[in-house]
Amino acid sequence: MTGFRAILERDLRLALRQGMDSVMVVMFFVIAVVLFPLGVGPEPNTLARIAPGVLWVAALLSVLLSLERLFHNDFEDGSLELMALSPPSLEVVVLAKVLAHWLVTGLPLIIAAPVLAILMNMPADGFALLILALLLGTPALSLIGAVGAALVLGSRRGGVLLALLILPLFIPVLIFGVGAVEAAIGGFPARAPLLLLGAIFAATLALCPWGAAAGLRQALE
Amino acid sequence: MLNYFANPRRFMKLSGILTPWMAGATLILAGAGLYLGLFASPADYQQGETVRIMYVHVPAAWMALFCYTGLAISAAVGLIWKHPVADVAARASAPIGACFTFLALFTGALWGKPMWGTWWVWDARLTSMLVLFFLYLGYMALNSAFDDPQRGTKASAILAMVGFVNVPIIKFSVDWWNTLHQPASILRMDGPTIHPDMLWPLFLMIGAATTYYLWVLMLRMRRDLTEGRVRARRQIQAEEAGA
Repeated sequence: MTGFRAILERDLRLALRQGMDSVMVVMFFVIAVVLFPLGVGPEPNTLARIAPGVLWVAALLSVLLSLERLFHNDFEDGSLELMALSPPSLEVVVLAKVLAHWLVTGLPLIIAAPVLAILMNMPADGFALLILALLLGTPALSLIGAVGAALVLGSRRGGVLLALLILPLFIPVLIFGVGAVEAAIGGFPARAPLLLLGAIFAATLALCPWGAAAGLRQALE
Repeated sequence: MLNYFANPRRFMKLSGILTPWMAGATLILAGAGLYLGLFASPADYQQGETVRIMYVHVPAAWMALFCYTGLAISAAVGLIWKHPVADVAARASAPIGACFTFLALFTGALWGKPMWGTWWVWDARLTSMLVLFFLYLGYMALNSAFDDPQRGTKASAILAMVGFVNVPIIKFSVDWWNTLHQPASILRMDGPTIHPDMLWPLFLMIGAATTYYLWVLMLRMRRDLTEGRVRARRQIQAEEAGA
């Protein structure tokens, strides 16, 4: 547990001190969403119709953008090898790093999302569900992404490759995330998609640290 | 059993014997299946002649899942027991499976246009098959993304195992969701719901697709292993020339 806290605190401190990271991710999120009214046209009903999907896709891409750096810097300067040699198992290291990553990038996205929902003219019924769905969904995205980020360490053209590997696996989160928000807007019970999102989160929390740790082990060999 | 096949030379000998048999079986099964499917079987009372697309579509979709299962199992065996031939088998399965997946999607679109009135719908079965296609592409991209081929093999093996969650989702997508794609009609608890006149050519074509997969898989594996041996020998020659 002390190892978990040490890595978490280190990553958060690094992110805060050198960090434009969260600001950049939120900026990307905002700009990506703002492109849609300009591209599709500012007609309020159209925007309200596509708002949940656009917000989720933009959140997905923002998380993806930040994932490449999850292990990369530590891999380059060798601190990842020290972490692998340290007493806490590599799975715990992965969990700590993913939690730090989510606090730095996922949480700011969730805070920015309602503001963007207003810009997208989303009906007010969906706001609470949007936040709830993002709270369940974005940690799952970070966890799935950790597996991909570990696998592409040291490869040629890592960033594009990461997108190709991870985006197909993000699709279930996207489907049920948008499903929950649209159910709330349409006045239907959003229980089923929320439960499924929770199930995805629980499954990724249980399985992805193992996958990511296996990925890191073969990268460090 | 695992150890027995870990010797590439033994595999080369065995596959050398089996490959022509597989080729022959593929030709006979596909010939019989195509004849029965295209000429001897009746047209469907609702779908008319388009039902014959099924004789390609169903085997291709079946093999798309079969290849991925084989790929994931070989990848796991290669990763856990460091089994050299299993690694080669996993790498060789991927392009074949990707082609079958594409064929299933393509023939499905051809069938969907006259029957559903659209080339593509975003229902659960079609979407999960598309995801499977992306998983194959991702596997192949990751496999070849490293300067050290060993790393590519291991990284893509982990990816193949992670991506396996998609296979049961595809299989049961027609039961879990209300899809436009029809539910299973062969592997059912209460027996198949297809008339034998159509079931027979379908089974023959599935058999042909399976033997085709084994045939091409062994050809690709033999090529990979030979390539490895040529590279190793060149390296030895270069070292001798240098020394």
